[in-house]
Amino acid sequence: MNKIEMALLEKVSGLHKIPVGAVNIRKNGEAVKRTSTSEIEIVPKKDGSGIDVFVKPNVKGKSVHIPVLITIGGIDEVVYNDFYIGENADITIIAGCGIHNSSCNSSTHNGIHTFHLAKNSRVKYYESHVGEGEDSGGKILNPTTKIYQDDGSQMDMQTIQIGGVTSTVRKTYASLKNKAKLIVTEKLLTTDFQTADTDFKINLIGAGSSAQIVSRSVAKNYSTQQFKSTLIGKNQCFGHVECDGILLDEARIVSVPKIDAADCNASLIHEAAIGKIAGEELIKLMTLGLTRQQAEEAIIQGFLMGDN
Amino acid sequence: MLKLENISYIVEEDGLNKTILDNVSLTFEDGKTYVITGPNGSGKSTLVKLIMGIETPTSGNITLNGVSLDNLEINQRANLGISYAFQQPVKFKGLKVRDLLDWASGKKNDFATLCHYLSMVGLCARDYIDRALDDKLSGGELKRIELAMALCRNAKVNIFDEPEAGIDLWSFENLTNIFKNLKNCINIIVSHQKKILQIADEVILIKQGKVEKTGKYKQIAPLIESNQCNKLRGEHE
Repeated sequence: MNKIEMALLEKVSGLHKIPVGAVNIRKNGEAVKRTSTSEIEIVPKKDGSGIDVFVKPNVKGKSVHIPVLITIGGIDEVVYNDFYIGENADITIIAGCGIHNSSCNSSTHNGIHTFHLAKNSRVKYYESHVGEGEDSGGKILNPTTKIYQDDGSQMDMQTIQIGGVTSTVRKTYASLKNKAKLIVTEKLLTTDFQTADTDFKINLIGAGSSAQIVSRSVAKNYSTQQFKSTLIGKNQCFGHVECDGILLDEARIVSVPKIDAADCNASLIHEAAIGKIAGEELIKLMTLGLTRQQAEEAIIQGFLMGDN
Repeated sequence: MLKLENISYIVEEDGLNKTILDNVSLTFEDGKTYVITGPNGSGKSTLVKLIMGIETPTSGNITLNGVSLDNLEINQRANLGISYAFQQPVKFKGLKVRDLLDWASGKKNDFATLCHYLSMVGLCARDYIDRALDDKLSGGELKRIELAMALCRNAKVNIFDEPEAGIDLWSFENLTNIFKNLKNCINIIVSHQKKILQIADEVILIKQGKVEKTGKYKQIAPLIESNQCNKLRGEHE
């Protein structure tokens, strides 16, 4: 891989070099590296539309890297990646897509990831999206994540998109059985005329299931964001959705919450707060010697990159 | 030396002008601790906000060692050596205690330095430096971290707006010791607390936007205590 590709790889997956272990790297519509291990098998789909990843039961402490790189304009792809996580397995999956498009033609990646978590399995899933490149060609990323959680399983999903992506439609669907737990943290920054639409639909079907969805977003310039969430409780369950947005310039953020308690023992909460940076936060940092602009940047950086 | 000359601060309320501070002139000398006291709403907090640049006076001038602060932003005044601890600590989503202390001191601090400043306010650095300064911390913890931020600035002028408010179980003796140990600088503390007033080199009593009297605690105390509505708050109040 060349310098641009390696830099992009690092941005989307934190990798400085091609890792050992289970890996699938896709570049400009083709797999350029695919490695399975005795515990994690990566199999291309017969129709070439993506991969199936099989994690054997009881596999613990292993990781799977599946970054996607696009470095040219004119790509428009739909990729289906399915993950089958065996019982009691505990693994980390690092996905992400980077588009470096310096052409006037748009490139689009539609990644459809489906997770099947068997009983008592645990997955940490990191997904990072990056867009870069000077010319007018769009950098478009539309991730869809479907999560099916069996009894006692846990999914911790962290997604981050910090600038550069022209438009994105991010859909997440989850269905949780008994005592399954889902934690989602989404961090989003849009600038210029970018658009970002997020749509969560979470079904808490099983007794004792729980979901916590936290979205932190910053919209600058003329960018627009829409956050939709539907949380449905069909049993004794707990669900919490939190949408926090910071607005700057002429940007716009719309939050459309829906909580649906279809069982009298369901406990569902939605919180949403959108607004400018609080004046007192700016003043406090300025009393420490930061300029207004430095204070604003520090607050945004902390808001997006800090712990929840 | 910090000098306030003929400072007035007038706001518009319901279409009428309301004078918050009326022609206040004060001189603060290096190496001295001043406690500003007075009834609620007398203009004490406004006065220190004007020094920091958080509010702008309607008229009058402020100078620090002969340099005019009048046209300087808050951060410019901070960089000239003015520190300000808020009455109500500000919370941030995501920013860590370590970040704030680093900005406050203008450099990356090592663990020992962070430990030094946090232990001054009775906190163990190991438990706090990587925590976010958000509402997961108690009011008392936030207040002590606010004080630590002010201390690590090593400023020429230290302003503390009601430092005793919400200080929880931590003793006042520790708090007053902090002020006693701040030497070679100007300390300006807004307070109602008797024990804090007692450590002042000079107490400044403000009433209805005017300086009523300045002097030693013993000289000022009868004036405060003569006003039944605005008695000094007791130690355990």
